[in-house]
Amino acid sequence: MAEVSLKGIKKSYGRVDVIKGVDIHINEGEFVVFVGPSGCGKSTLLRVVAGLEDVTEGVIEIGGRVVNELPPKERGVAMVFQSYAIFPHMTVRENIAFGLTIAGASRQEKQQKVAEAARILQMEHLLDRRPSQLSGGQRQRVAIGRAITRKPAVFLFDEPLSNLDAALRMDMRMEIGRLRRQLGTTMIYVTHDQVEAMTLADRIVVLKDGQVMQIGAPMELYHQPANRFVAGFLGAPSMNFLKVDVLDLDGEAATVGNQSLEPIRVTTRRRPFRKDGKAILGIRPQHLRAVQSGKGMLHGVVAHAERLGSETVVDLTLRDDRELIAAFNEDKIFQPGDALELAFDTALAHLFPEEG
Amino acid sequence: MAFDPDNYGLRLFVRYLVLCLIALIFIFPLVFMINSSFKPDNQLLADTSSLRAFVPVGDISLNNYFGAFRRAPVGLFVLNSVLVTGATVLLSLLICSLAAFSFAFLRWKGRDVVFSIVIATLIIPFETIAIPLLLLVSKLPWIGLEGLQWGWLNTYRVQIIPWIADGLTIFLFVQYFKGLPGELIEAGRVEGASWWQVYYRIVMPLSGPVLATAAILKFLVMYNQYLWPLIVVQQETYRPVMVGLGYFFQLNVAWGEVMAYLTLITVPVLIFYLFLQRAFIASIASTGVKG
Repeated sequence: MAEVSLKGIKKSYGRVDVIKGVDIHINEGEFVVFVGPSGCGKSTLLRVVAGLEDVTEGVIEIGGRVVNELPPKERGVAMVFQSYAIFPHMTVRENIAFGLTIAGASRQEKQQKVAEAARILQMEHLLDRRPSQLSGGQRQRVAIGRAITRKPAVFLFDEPLSNLDAALRMDMRMEIGRLRRQLGTTMIYVTHDQVEAMTLADRIVVLKDGQVMQIGAPMELYHQPANRFVAGFLGAPSMNFLKVDVLDLDGEAATVGNQSLEPIRVTTRRRPFRKDGKAILGIRPQHLRAVQSGKGMLHGVVAHAERLGSETVVDLTLRDDRELIAAFNEDKIFQPGDALELAFDTALAHLFPEEG
Repeated sequence: MAFDPDNYGLRLFVRYLVLCLIALIFIFPLVFMINSSFKPDNQLLADTSSLRAFVPVGDISLNNYFGAFRRAPVGLFVLNSVLVTGATVLLSLLICSLAAFSFAFLRWKGRDVVFSIVIATLIIPFETIAIPLLLLVSKLPWIGLEGLQWGWLNTYRVQIIPWIADGLTIFLFVQYFKGLPGELIEAGRVEGASWWQVYYRIVMPLSGPVLATAAILKFLVMYNQYLWPLIVVQQETYRPVMVGLGYFFQLNVAWGEVMAYLTLITVPVLIFYLFLQRAFIASIASTGVKG
């Protein structure tokens, strides 16, 4: 186990800046997820920690030791790749023992550690097979097995579940959660899937365009997003954003409204707003509820509805022709063209400056 | 045309007939050569006017082979060629794959420039460098069992060393290595493998097809060497088969013996190809898939 510290990390390929000054401190035994859209630099950041990429600027510390100049093998990290990266010419046993073979471990030690990894990952019966005889989920298990036998100080996962189908992904997600509790090692996990981020992480690092948008516990990010990007990125369906007019400002709250929205008071969370200016109101689809006619804050017409059994997701068109998504946690029947009035708890709404 | 089970057999028959005819075109010189090597000259020449030229009939014997061996040290020529070719192929696979590994995976200053120069050597015909190379090897030192010597002429090494590294083989390896999944190499690195270990534990075991292709191409080049050994080897002791063939012709021998000589030098090539043909075809097929 070790803590990981990234200080002022910058990475450029020629003139293209991929990572633009990142500071993250990861505590011993912590599970941190880097999340963000494609091209945000999350995988590059992980590869920088692994030693597969050099940094252009900044300091990387693992276990209190500066590792900038060290090759991957001297950093005490193990990595699980998206494509599994297990060696096709070796059996499962040889794959799992690869790191130990390289380190010159004795036959007995290899046998014992491979057996232990196989037991943890429940794949004792697969040890003599070749990778071509395994399913996607089993291959990923072999990759994880190879990573755990060396008892690394830090585990790095680069989108490990992206190549799996939905059902298997959920199983493996739970398995990684279980593994984490069992091993207690520091883990850094890269994904673009916010469900993986929300369910696995102690803390999430949201990245965009090579910069950290916010670092915090999953629920902290969900309930108190630092900006519009984080608010929109976490949560499914995504948060609704409505352009509103700031009608009044008093202390910590603002009164906002527009053509489709009755004036409401929303806390500003110390963000700067101007009276008579514009702002963006964020409302999670799950926070909207249908109310009786005449009691609604928002008025819309159903454009499309999806019944998922436990949930009904409705796509509405508001009076000003903007779209709004509402998610009701029960099975309801809506027809396109139905008029609908919606209300929400204003304490759960977020107000963001127009530009960000 | 719709699928017709009655017609299917006929179409299959026609297809195989065409394939067999094409195969015959390629095989008939070989069949003629092997058959003729067993016939005395007068019968050989008489048979050329009929299909008997392709069947072992009449006065069949091994006399031509005995004659060829009596007339020239054919066995020695074949042995020389096998030795030179075998050594060059093995060393070439090692050296060229190592060079290609460096071009494909390692980052070093000037790498792309050096690689461009290596590729540029592909367009230089051997004939243009033959004389400068001859002057060079005639003055190179060598430390052998007899101590320090100057000049490499009339040796095995002069036929082997200049042919080990070549642009085409390096290029073949580089292209193949670049097609390997990069994450396998990175996984090896993270697991603690040195570059050397990545080379022989991960990259080489996955390079069967390109090793076979490179080996076959090198084998053909080396086994068919003529110009270079002609100018650097004057002694019979180190003479390879193709130069030997020219020498054999000069002796004004019978056609049957020439055919026997040709059969003897063709057989090793066929055996080598039969061993590697599956890998050779797989390599060409996979190159096609990758584009």
